[in-house]
Amino acid sequence: MRKYIFRRVLASLLTLFVVITLTFFMMRAIPGGPFTDEKAIPSFVLEKMMSRYGLNDPLYVQYGRYLLNVMRLDLGPSYRYEGMTVNELIAGSFPISAVVGSIALVLALIVGIPAGIISALKRGKLPDRFAMILATLGVTVPNFVVAAALVYIFAWRLGWVTVGFWEGISTAILPAVTLAGYPAAFISRLVRSSMLEVLQQDYIRTAYSKGLSGRAVVYVHALKNAVIPVITYIAPLTAGILTGSFVVEQVYGVPGLGTFFVTSITNRDYTTIMGVTIFYSALLVSFNLIADVCLAFIDPRIKLK
Amino acid sequence: MYDAELFLPLSREEKTDAEMMRPSRTYWQDVRERLMRDKLAVLGLLVIVLIVALAVFGPVLSPYEYDAQDFMMSNEPPSGAHWFGTDMFGRDIFVRVLYGARISLAVGFLASFISLFIGVIYGGISGFTGGKTDNIMMGIVDVIYSVPMMIYVILLMVVVGPGLKSIFITLGISYWAPMARIVRAEVMRLKNEEFILAARVLGASPGRILLRHLIPNAMGPILVTLTFSIPGAIFTEAFLSFVGLGVSAPMASWGVLSSDAVGSLAIYPWQLFFPAGAISITILAFNFLGDGLRDALDPRLRK
Repeated sequence: MRKYIFRRVLASLLTLFVVITLTFFMMRAIPGGPFTDEKAIPSFVLEKMMSRYGLNDPLYVQYGRYLLNVMRLDLGPSYRYEGMTVNELIAGSFPISAVVGSIALVLALIVGIPAGIISALKRGKLPDRFAMILATLGVTVPNFVVAAALVYIFAWRLGWVTVGFWEGISTAILPAVTLAGYPAAFISRLVRSSMLEVLQQDYIRTAYSKGLSGRAVVYVHALKNAVIPVITYIAPLTAGILTGSFVVEQVYGVPGLGTFFVTSITNRDYTTIMGVTIFYSALLVSFNLIADVCLAFIDPRIKLK
Repeated sequence: MYDAELFLPLSREEKTDAEMMRPSRTYWQDVRERLMRDKLAVLGLLVIVLIVALAVFGPVLSPYEYDAQDFMMSNEPPSGAHWFGTDMFGRDIFVRVLYGARISLAVGFLASFISLFIGVIYGGISGFTGGKTDNIMMGIVDVIYSVPMMIYVILLMVVVGPGLKSIFITLGISYWAPMARIVRAEVMRLKNEEFILAARVLGASPGRILLRHLIPNAMGPILVTLTFSIPGAIFTEAFLSFVGLGVSAPMASWGVLSSDAVGSLAIYPWQLFFPAGAISITILAFNFLGDGLRDALDPRLRK
């Protein structure tokens, strides 16, 4: 077990290293320097800025420095927000995204799992059909469309909520619902198919033959194995919620990290783009790692691989 | 004494008449028949054909140009003259959606084919060579898998700059990992079969075995993955356009059209409804077709 975790941690660190390297050199490959702007900056000012940010050093020196800084969790200064570091910028906007994202995650799980179970138990009947139609729609309709539709209905038509600014939890609900749509649909399909498979296994028949009630069999014995794919899905799920937040936050005017990332792209704020990319990747890689380790604890078959 | 008549040889017609035989069919004929029995898959296929036809011929047949502005007619609701209404520049939304279909579909198909090409070659080599090479190549794929792709696509788009060509390239070189994995698994499964041994005995080169024997036999899973990756690419393009990294005006994909319409959603909701509906229907159709194809190719999977 310890060896498995060690290997996984090592692999995650390797992934992060690749991510940092890739991001660094990609940003350097952009034609034009980070200070190329519509209005030309006087050359002596440019020179000053280049030397201040250490951009005149050879590339490998810059790369080494950046790598070292990232290891010390320092993502460097922002090129556009004077006097702000990328760390501060992330610290300012990420909590908002985290609130919205966590609500979405919880929503996706508490809607997706029961829907999948019911669907599997009532296979081919009306509830199953209904749930699967919804789930198919959930994975096919782009989330910015869902966002726009919800804004139109709840903000403009019904006037129940306000959008365009941040007021804490009450303004987090609609974005969270939007973000939860796709993962909830995906989870319900996942749970349905794995539940159907689990219910056909021998140990379920054994459980029934011991005289256990149907409820106990389904919720205690079957569910435990049926949610395993959901755990594997947690990392991509987080990824989906994170990337979904780019557009969803924009539509709802939520000042989270997603909005901020998109703004830094339009602003060509290179250090911020790099910093946020690395931050997102680190977050995902950690979620992946957690999911893998949890899985190894839950499912002893994993260790055999 | 015997009756000589009883021992006459049968005529050919009589012989075949008694035989219990069906015409032999190839695997693909079988697949086609199973696919045609799947109503949703057929529906998906029909919708895709219809959308492709509309994308190709629609803009030619329409009386409007996709970039013709008419400020006297801006923001008109749907009517007989403008089926889907007009946008803020008075451009006909119907023809813009049709034109957008060209771009969105082109992105979907081309990007998927690029990633198909890379994935098949990569996965084929990895699976066929095996051993250490395979370990290293699949290690790389594992790393790519754990990288949040969408963020990298955005990053790549920032690097290569917005535009249609950049989208093809970016999506093509980003999403080949799933294809590589599937092709590798298929090649691993097939490479020890007897027909491969036979080819090897006949002196076929490894390249020939891979391209002429292994990959054609892996076509089923490749096709299914392709069917699912096309809507994925359309989706990603819409997303990129929405973030402002898509094709540039006056060209418009469905993503650009939706993105433009969100600003005026409160007043002119139909401007969003049509492009968004087009995206959703297309993705849905590809999903139906993909599901049907998967079942048709491997009937054991059908539950």
